[in-house]
Amino acid sequence: MTTTTAHPAPAAPLAPPGALSLGRRRVAIELKSFFRDKNSAFWNFALPMLLMIIFGSVFGGQTLGPTGITFAQYFVAGMIASGVLYTSFQNLAIAIPMERDDGTLKRIQGTPMPKVSYFIGKIGLVFVAYAAQVTLLILIGVAFYDIELPSGSQWFTFAWVSVLGLVSCTLLGIAFSVVPKNAKGASAVVSPIVLVLQFTSGVFFLFQDLPQWMQQFASLFPLKWLTQAMRSVFLPDAAAALEVTGSFELAKCAAVLIAWTIGGLVLSLVFFRWNKRGEN
Amino acid sequence: MTTTTTSGDALVVPVPDDADVAVRVRGLTKAYGETRACDGVDLDVVRGEVLALLGPNGAGKTTTTEILEGYRHRDAGEVSVLGHDPSRTDPLWRSRLGIVLQTAADLGDLTVEESVTHFAGYYPRPRDVDEVIDWVGLTEKRKTRGSNLSGGQRRRLDVALGIIGRPELLFLDEPTTGFDPEARREFWGLIAGLKDEGTTILLTTHYLDEAEVLADRVAVIARGRVIACDIPSRLGGRDESHATLTWKEGEEVRTEQTTEPTRVVGELAARFGGEVPGLAIHRPSLEDVYLSLIGHDNEDAS
Repeated sequence: MTTTTAHPAPAAPLAPPGALSLGRRRVAIELKSFFRDKNSAFWNFALPMLLMIIFGSVFGGQTLGPTGITFAQYFVAGMIASGVLYTSFQNLAIAIPMERDDGTLKRIQGTPMPKVSYFIGKIGLVFVAYAAQVTLLILIGVAFYDIELPSGSQWFTFAWVSVLGLVSCTLLGIAFSVVPKNAKGASAVVSPIVLVLQFTSGVFFLFQDLPQWMQQFASLFPLKWLTQAMRSVFLPDAAAALEVTGSFELAKCAAVLIAWTIGGLVLSLVFFRWNKRGEN
Repeated sequence: MTTTTTSGDALVVPVPDDADVAVRVRGLTKAYGETRACDGVDLDVVRGEVLALLGPNGAGKTTTTEILEGYRHRDAGEVSVLGHDPSRTDPLWRSRLGIVLQTAADLGDLTVEESVTHFAGYYPRPRDVDEVIDWVGLTEKRKTRGSNLSGGQRRRLDVALGIIGRPELLFLDEPTTGFDPEARREFWGLIAGLKDEGTTILLTTHYLDEAEVLADRVAVIARGRVIACDIPSRLGGRDESHATLTWKEGEEVRTEQTTEPTRVVGELAARFGGEVPGLAIHRPSLEDVYLSLIGHDNEDAS
């Protein structure tokens, strides 16, 4: 069969672009899709700001015991911690099942893009979305609810808590993406989990006021430790008196988040799937 | 290498052993529980040809093509796609393939231009983005988001993404479903252009006219096996089967079945002394042959 090729084929096929450069392209495309999709932009990005304004306005003035700290300040720290969970876990645990259902994952599997680039794109999306979200949350908190900007070593704490929280919850979101049976069911499965964790981890209520069994339950999961660590960053030192142990327990926060990072990595490696059920 | 044909496959015309093949499949099997989706598929796609894969739903078309595309793993058999075993995918091999899947609803939040540009970046030697968008007829929709495209326009976007990487081998799974007749004609022109550039194409379709226009060869798959494979005009012994002549004598319509239509027409012409009123010669269409093939197979199996 004769072929009239306009572009002569090269002697050796050229290698496709590398995983890192394609990962960067994935980040850009993920961000575009994330912010253009009204559902994901609202539930994962704008919701904490909305909650902060509503709760802050309703309960903001109440002071917590003799510390002089207002509930608004306490709540702002909890919302910043929740932002970690929203942009990573909730975002990915809902978006990936949708991508499995609508053909995104199948389409990119059929291209030369290395699979690792897909995950680089997701991680980049999570970090950029969180950075934008937390900046806005801090601005709202400083402007309206008298939270303190972190100083000195608190910035360092803020940085490592954010990074460890994002990494562990991103991996957990990737692993959890196999649980919803399909795209439609995803938010119905994932959102209640996030909500329950927020109620039991000291976001909507003062943690020390919760029943002990609830405190123990929440201590198994990352959000309780994230909120506690964020309180150490954004509240005055006197706020330590509000903690159950009278301390922010940063070392323990780090240990739990690292444990979940390892657990999340193992779970993702074992359970993550590209195909719909029954397609392999 | 001898072609292993399963029993009773005289309708499968093998390609020469020394043919330059893009795809070679021998004895491919794949079962899901008790269901044998592929039950000994043998298939060759010669480099540069358009091969149409026909068959009823559930016959094993999708399973076969998805094994070739590296999406599914086979149970047994030999499979070579561009000289490579598709169960071991690597990016270099992937960059030589183009895949247009049957259903996709992704990329809804990106414009046509953004999607095509993004996927062009995956390939070492992509086609020109503007050229491809123009080629599939989406120039006016380039700033439109995927979710706002019509069904046919979405399908063209799928095709654009399938060919943006300048594939040597293109898989097209029911590419014109939902097209209006004019759009299908335009699409056929696009496929002809790709073929002229030397692209090998494996086309899955339910439209027999599409297969007849586009395909160099047609393979019919039923019950997990290729039961016939030949050029469209010869498929299933179509060229040798009886022709049906009809003509009018007075008010009466006469028909005759014959293997020598030319002789019969000659006799009729002599008898009528020129024009034969209402003369028509009918050979079995590809659809007739196809339906009898899969009907025949179903009888065999029951």
